Amino acid sequence: MKFIEEYRNPAAAHALATELARTITRPWTLMEVCGGQTHAILRFGIDRLLPPSLRLIHGPGCPVCVTPAGLIDQAVSLTKRPEVILCSFGDMLRVPGRQGDLMHAKAAGGDVRVVYSPLDALALARREPSSEVVFFAIGFETTAPANAMAAHQAMAGGVGNFSLLVSQVLVGPAMDFILRSPDSQVQGFLAAGHVAAVTGVDELEQLCRNHRVPVVVTGFEPVDLLDGILRCVRQLEDGRAELENAYARAVRPAGNASALTMIRRVFEVIDREWRGLGILPASGLGLRAEYAVLDAANRFHLGPPPMGGDEECQGGRVMLGTLRPDQCPAFGTRCRPEHPLGAPMVSSEGACSAYFRFRAQNPAQPRIADGRS
Amino acid sequence: MCLAIPGEVLTIDTTSDPWNRTGRVRFGTIEKSINLAYAPDAGVGDHVLVHVGFALQKIDPEEAARIWDILREMEELQDLEATSEPPLERPS
Repeated sequence: MKFIEEYRNPAAAHALATELARTITRPWTLMEVCGGQTHAILRFGIDRLLPPSLRLIHGPGCPVCVTPAGLIDQAVSLTKRPEVILCSFGDMLRVPGRQGDLMHAKAAGGDVRVVYSPLDALALARREPSSEVVFFAIGFETTAPANAMAAHQAMAGGVGNFSLLVSQVLVGPAMDFILRSPDSQVQGFLAAGHVAAVTGVDELEQLCRNHRVPVVVTGFEPVDLLDGILRCVRQLEDGRAELENAYARAVRPAGNASALTMIRRVFEVIDREWRGLGILPASGLGLRAEYAVLDAANRFHLGPPPMGGDEECQGGRVMLGTLRPDQCPAFGTRCRPEHPLGAPMVSSEGACSAYFRFRAQNPAQPRIADGRS
Repeated sequence: MCLAIPGEVLTIDTTSDPWNRTGRVRFGTIEKSINLAYAPDAGVGDHVLVHVGFALQKIDPEEAARIWDILREMEELQDLEATSEPPLERPS
C-alpha cells in the first residue's frame, strides 16, 4: 500500500480529498464497476482517503470472476480430449469450476496453454492442423473486439480446427441489473474507462436517464479515481443524474467505430449467466449463426452448461455490494488465494483478492502520513 | 486483464486487408506484433492503448506515460510477459 505522498501527483490528490470532504453533506454509496479500479482503490488506499459517510461498492467488472463455473467445467472437460489444445488467458487457469480448474487439468496431462491474444491461439491452430485448438473467449467489451477478430480471421482463412468457447459479457446490462435489484444500494457509478473507449458513452447516458443515477466515466490512476468520485458526489449533492466523461484523455464519446463494427458482425446480444448473479437478460454476446461453426459448444456437442455451482462462495453478494469481501465468514480462512472457494479470491481483478492482498495483511495501517488515519 | 497497456508503434506492415493491419509495438523493453485495425489513425511513432494484442485507441504520449507508470506500480504488466512469443511449444 502507498501513502498519498508517494502518488504521482500528491498535491492534486490532497486537493481532491479535501474538496470531497467539503462537498459531502450526507451518506452516499458509489460503485466502481471495473476490477482494475477496485485494485487501484485498495492498493493506493483511496477508500481510506474518503469521508466516512462515503462508501464504495466493488462491482462485477472482473471478467474472470463472472465466467460461469459450468463453462469452466466444460473447458476442463475439453482438455480430456486428446486432440484438443485449450488456449486461455493466464488469469483463468486457477479459477475453480465444480470439477477443478484448468491448472489441475494441465497437470493431469491436458494440453492447456496460456496465450496473450486470441490471435496467438489462431496462429497455433494454423501451425497444428491435426489438433483442435479451442480458445476460451472470456471478457467484457474490451476483449470482444479481439475475440471477434479471431473469429472473423478464422472464417476468412478457412481455419477448420479453431473454435471459441465463448463467455463474453456486457457491462451496461449488468449495471442496469444491479440498479433493478431490490437490494441495490448503489446511488452513483464510476464507469470503466477502457470499456467506454470501445463502447462509447451512449449506453451509459441511457442508464443515467432510465434510473436517474449519475455515471462518471473514470480512469484508474489515484487522482483520476478521486476526481471521478468527487464529480459523482457533486452530482448527488446537487440532485443531478448525468453522464460525465472524466476520462476524455482516452475515451471518445462515440467509442471505437471499427471495433464496434467487428463485434456486431461476429456476435449478437444474448442472455448470459454471470457467476454469482445468475442469468441476466441481454447481458452477453454469442456467435452469430454465420459463425456458429466456430462455436466450441456446437463442435464438441457440449450442450448448455449447468447453472450455478458455488455453494460456499458469496461472490454474488460481494458484487452487489451487500457483503464486503472481508465480512465473508470464509475470507482469509477457508478461502485464500492458494485454495479459493470462488473466483473473486483468485482473479487478479477480483475484489476478494484485492482485500486479501492489500488489507488482510495489515488491516490497521494508517494511510496518510500527515496524521489522518 | 481489462486494463489496456500503452505502447509505441515502431513499424507497420503493408497489407491489403484493413482488418489485418499489423505492426510492431514497443512496451518498455518488450516488443510485440500487434493488430492495428481498430486504431486506423495510429501511425509509426504514435502511442496506442493495447489490449490482448489489439490497439484499441490512439492516445497522446503524456497519457501513455501516465498509464504506463500506474500499471507498473500496480504490477499489472505481467499480461505482456505471460505469453506466446516465441510461439508456444507443446509440453513435453
